[in-house]
Amino acid sequence: MQADPAPGSLTAPLTLSFPFTRSLGPVLGTFLTGLRERVVLGIRTPAGRVLVPPTEYDPATGAGLGETGAFVEVAPTGTVTTWAWNPAPRPGQPLAHPFAWVLVRLDGADTALLHALDAPGPHAVRTGQRVRIRWAAERTGAITDIACFIPDPAPAAPPRPAAPHPGTFPDPVTTLTAPARLDYTHTPGRAQSRHLTALARHELTGERCPACAKVLVPPRGACPTCGVATTDVVPVGPRGTVTTFCIVNIKAKDLAIDVPYVYAHILLDGADLPLHGRIDGIPHDQVRMGLRVEAVWTPGTRHPAHYRPTGEPDAPYTAYEEHL
Amino acid sequence: MTRPPADIAVVAFAQTPCRPRTGDVSEAEMLLPALRAVLDATGLRTGDLGFVCSGSSDYLAGRAFSFTLTLDAVGAWPPVPESHVEMDGAWALYEAWVRLLTGEADTALVHAHGMSSAGTVRDVLSRTLDPYTLAPLWPDAVALAALQAQALIDAGRTDEKDLAAVAHRNRTAAASNPHAQLRGPRPQGDYVVQPLRTGDCPPVGDGAAAVVLATGDTARRLCDHPAWIRGIDHRIEPHAPGLRDLTASPSTRLAAENAGAFDAPVDLAELHAPFTAQEVVLRTALDLGDDVTVNPSGGALAANPLMATGLIRIGEAAARIHRGEAHRALAHATSGPCLQHNLVAVLEGDRP
Ligand SMILES: [Zn+2]
Repeated sequence: MQADPAPGSLTAPLTLSFPFTRSLGPVLGTFLTGLRERVVLGIRTPAGRVLVPPTEYDPATGAGLGETGAFVEVAPTGTVTTWAWNPAPRPGQPLAHPFAWVLVRLDGADTALLHALDAPGPHAVRTGQRVRIRWAAERTGAITDIACFIPDPAPAAPPRPAAPHPGTFPDPVTTLTAPARLDYTHTPGRAQSRHLTALARHELTGERCPACAKVLVPPRGACPTCGVATTDVVPVGPRGTVTTFCIVNIKAKDLAIDVPYVYAHILLDGADLPLHGRIDGIPHDQVRMGLRVEAVWTPGTRHPAHYRPTGEPDAPYTAYEEHL
Repeated sequence: MTRPPADIAVVAFAQTPCRPRTGDVSEAEMLLPALRAVLDATGLRTGDLGFVCSGSSDYLAGRAFSFTLTLDAVGAWPPVPESHVEMDGAWALYEAWVRLLTGEADTALVHAHGMSSAGTVRDVLSRTLDPYTLAPLWPDAVALAALQAQALIDAGRTDEKDLAAVAHRNRTAAASNPHAQLRGPRPQGDYVVQPLRTGDCPPVGDGAAAVVLATGDTARRLCDHPAWIRGIDHRIEPHAPGLRDLTASPSTRLAAENAGAFDAPVDLAELHAPFTAQEVVLRTALDLGDDVTVNPSGGALAANPLMATGLIRIGEAAARIHRGEAHRALAHATSGPCLQHNLVAVLEGDRP
């Protein structure tokens, strides 16, 4: 089952980067608004447990906690319940220099909050340690309004119950915008790499299924009917037949093609699967099923720029009816 | 409660070798050899399958609906009854098991793949966390597992020496597993996130696996020694690590009780514990003593193709029953941070 090495496989960097905008709802919105105001709120369950961060539902019973509005204020000081020293912080993490991940049970809470502890080294961190919040200078209503925790030299105050809080603030935060960026190395695989490499030489290729003998374009490595690998590379085109098409009337952002234009399914000669392509060199309202077209290449590009009419008579419907 | 009224068995299992980087193949091309192997072993053709269910994650691939690309490898034309879980393939197997229970199908193909090397997996997994109070801090999977490990150390349940022994035992077992990525012990190395060292963490790797399930007489026809699923259940805990006792796994315990794991002793257990300390938690939750062989495959510490690792645990346990090396086996799969969500299956062979 070991795969053969394929030094010709292509790879390309793929970066996903977009902001997620999320509505917060009454519980998380109140919690995060509180952080903006340097107030840490928990929520009290019917059984009397104080959850920090608050949850919308009681993890023990599933009962909704938002309607009851049982917010309580807990202290900005607390106790480390477990920790882990992070010697090499990664992008986006709370501190750029080595720090301890900590779960902290804030005074007045019954559960622990995850965050970073700014400490000189692992020797200076232990479970049971007293810590306090260091607030971010600029706060927007996010968990990062807590910049991190810092060791608290003061002895623990005598325990006192968390104080009820109305949970109301002026100008409450209702949405959270969380940017995310992930970097990938994408590979199209062997079959598509063979196809794309041939395209760069201005050659159109498909691959033949060893079971049903159909020629698949573009090849993706397996025959979708037979579920077996395709290996036999077959030249196809450069001429083909329009099997169906649509007229695009909405201009795509960043696309330098004037509308209206025609986007078509083209069954290349020798292929058993139509591919997509733009039709040019003919008024858009004269494109028709059965139109014979050929690939047009622009020097220096890796793909056909578009397909244009060959001037041949139209293909009969029977020539492409099973490919619609 | 979740004991099956019908006889459903794992009748075939195959996996690809787990490799640190599979940059030359697409996901469909990576999966295809495993699919062909289970179909060839059973003599089934893709059109014969009553149901197809897969497990994978768009986060790993970095592409929406990435699983649809693997449908070519399944032979999805003419259309097949198909489903997908954005989870480990062990949960795809659970869905297929439910489908077979309905009587609407008597065979099912389950497959899973993970190309963890496409992105930076520690960062990628942090995007699967609660987006309000966890994800903005970018806590990575090793950091969360390290918090769990320290909690166990503080509770006196383990220490770094014990954890090193867990790593050593798993990777020593993997020496006889041709599909494993780390085949043999490795140095524990430096801290990744203290108290976890390189050796306490799974390797990053790419791989795929496939299983065929069948009912009753169909299973007996397709396989000489079917691995009957005597029970299977999965249970979940709150997501936030601070809401849970990280030193215990009540969801594993409950799933195991419901799957009948404690009705009779098992010969072996395949545990999905990507981090050494998690094996300590699972052994306690499952009452596994030294008399039970744990992870003869080497487990997730030897090969961790994300989204396939859990399915491979079920497959490895079943394969030992197929080969007559075990009679009753427990397989476990996990999902989410710090063993949040756990699945337990109990497999048995026929008495000779
Ligand atoms: Zn075919």
